[in-house]
Amino acid sequence: MSVEAREARQPWILLAPALSAVTLLLFVPLLFILVYSFWLRTATGADQPGFFLDNWREALTDPFYRDILLSTLRIAAITTAVCALMGYPTAYFIARSRGDKLLMVLLLMLPFWISYIIRTMSWINILGASGAANAALMALGVVSEPVNMLYNEAAVILGLTHYLLPFMILNVFVSLEGIDANVEAAANSLGATRWQSFLEVTLPLSLPGLAAGGLLCFVLGAGTYITPLILGGPRDAMFANLVFEAIITQLNWPLGSALSLMLLLVLGALVAIYNRYLGMTQLMKGLG
Amino acid sequence: MMGWQLIRAWAIAVYVFMFLPVGVVVLLSFNDSQFGSFPMTGLSLRWFAELWSNEAILRAFRTSVALGLLTALISTTLGVLAALALVRYRVPGANAISTLLIAPILVPEVVLAVALLLFLDFLGLHKSFALLLLGHVIFTLPFVVLVVQARLVSIRRDVEEAAMSLGASPAQAFFQVTLPLMRPAVLAGGLFAFTVSFDDVTGTLFWKPGGVETVPTQIFAMLRNSISPEINALGTAMIVMTVGLPLLGAAIARRLAMKDGG
Repeated sequence: MSVEAREARQPWILLAPALSAVTLLLFVPLLFILVYSFWLRTATGADQPGFFLDNWREALTDPFYRDILLSTLRIAAITTAVCALMGYPTAYFIARSRGDKLLMVLLLMLPFWISYIIRTMSWINILGASGAANAALMALGVVSEPVNMLYNEAAVILGLTHYLLPFMILNVFVSLEGIDANVEAAANSLGATRWQSFLEVTLPLSLPGLAAGGLLCFVLGAGTYITPLILGGPRDAMFANLVFEAIITQLNWPLGSALSLMLLLVLGALVAIYNRYLGMTQLMKGLG
Repeated sequence: MMGWQLIRAWAIAVYVFMFLPVGVVVLLSFNDSQFGSFPMTGLSLRWFAELWSNEAILRAFRTSVALGLLTALISTTLGVLAALALVRYRVPGANAISTLLIAPILVPEVVLAVALLLFLDFLGLHKSFALLLLGHVIFTLPFVVLVVQARLVSIRRDVEEAAMSLGASPAQAFFQVTLPLMRPAVLAGGLFAFTVSFDDVTGTLFWKPGGVETVPTQIFAMLRNSISPEINALGTAMIVMTVGLPLLGAAIARRLAMKDGG
């Protein structure tokens, strides 16, 4: 074999283990549940292979599933908006600050190292009946009885925001850092007010970062399983909880397959739209 | 500069929002009270002592560490090889391959968990430690690829070529020049894989066999009752582990880099 041919083969040898892992442990299983979703769970508990549309009909037409899908998307959308509102000015502050940017960014990465379940349950210490918020309100004499702040949709959104905010800030920060500071200065020198130059120069240029952060927040938020279980009430189930219910509790695997794929299709469509207009590179920048 | 002051106050509030709840967990873990909540009745280490004698938690801890280490070992090996190929060779379709490799984190975790569970069960591999390990490997692989790739870019091929022009064989050049330079990248990838694995709840709840708990699923099970001071202490211990370990790793990496440099 020539040197060139060996040189050309080398990267594929290096890639082979990782690519086979992703193929065998992700793509083939995804194809498998696509097939599985057309099987039928019979009354005896055995799966009947075949091409039945029953699971898909149930998943798509049962108002119970539809309502939870819609409320899942609503919770994800509100969370994304709150993250943008809280995150954008913060990212702007870090990007334009004369202080220690590296430290501020590192502090934002710190939560990634703190267990998700700890961060989520930490809100019980704040919002619970004997949590910090109630303790403070009662000490100040605002209320005499503890206020019920936990186990509702607002608490779920709060927990998700807490979890997803760093993704938003980091993505916006990366795109703000990429804007040449002179551009804004040029706009100012040409007579724009600071607010005008922000609205017409900086904001549009940072939209790709905002979009990447928004996509991450939305997709991760809509796929959440744990947060509604810890901070939500019995009526705050999200779509991932339904999937768990079907697969682990009811052991109806064909239906669970159809529900999983439904979630994947809805969120995948969003990623595809994003990819079509903005490309994956912006997302990789924020992740790396 | 009113506007700037406002933005600054906003940013400070956001940082407080990020860290206050975690700070409260740490604070309450030292609370002497037998309820995991306010008011603080005194400082005490008793909840950490309780942790130490709680067999279920210790077992979960051992499971998590074993799982995390094995995951890190496998996932880092796969990830480093792939990152090497992507960074150091001109691979046709490199962008598509990168996207394929990070696909496991683009797919919602629940969907990944269901697909893997059902497929491997169909093949005869039921819920087990092995299934859990395979799940953690595939879930951590994208993080390793991203982290290692970002760090490998700075190692230029010239260095290796220089070694070879000075008479080193390709193998010698790789093992004596490239590999030592890669050490921080490999360490970072491994740490990342370990922490992501150590942290994972959702996939783990689908994959774990009955009776086996990792630290996060143990916390989750304990939360079903109510928040106890023990959970806060466990939370603090986890924070020390997952934040302290990478900091220690970074310090070691810096020490190694300094030694190699000087």
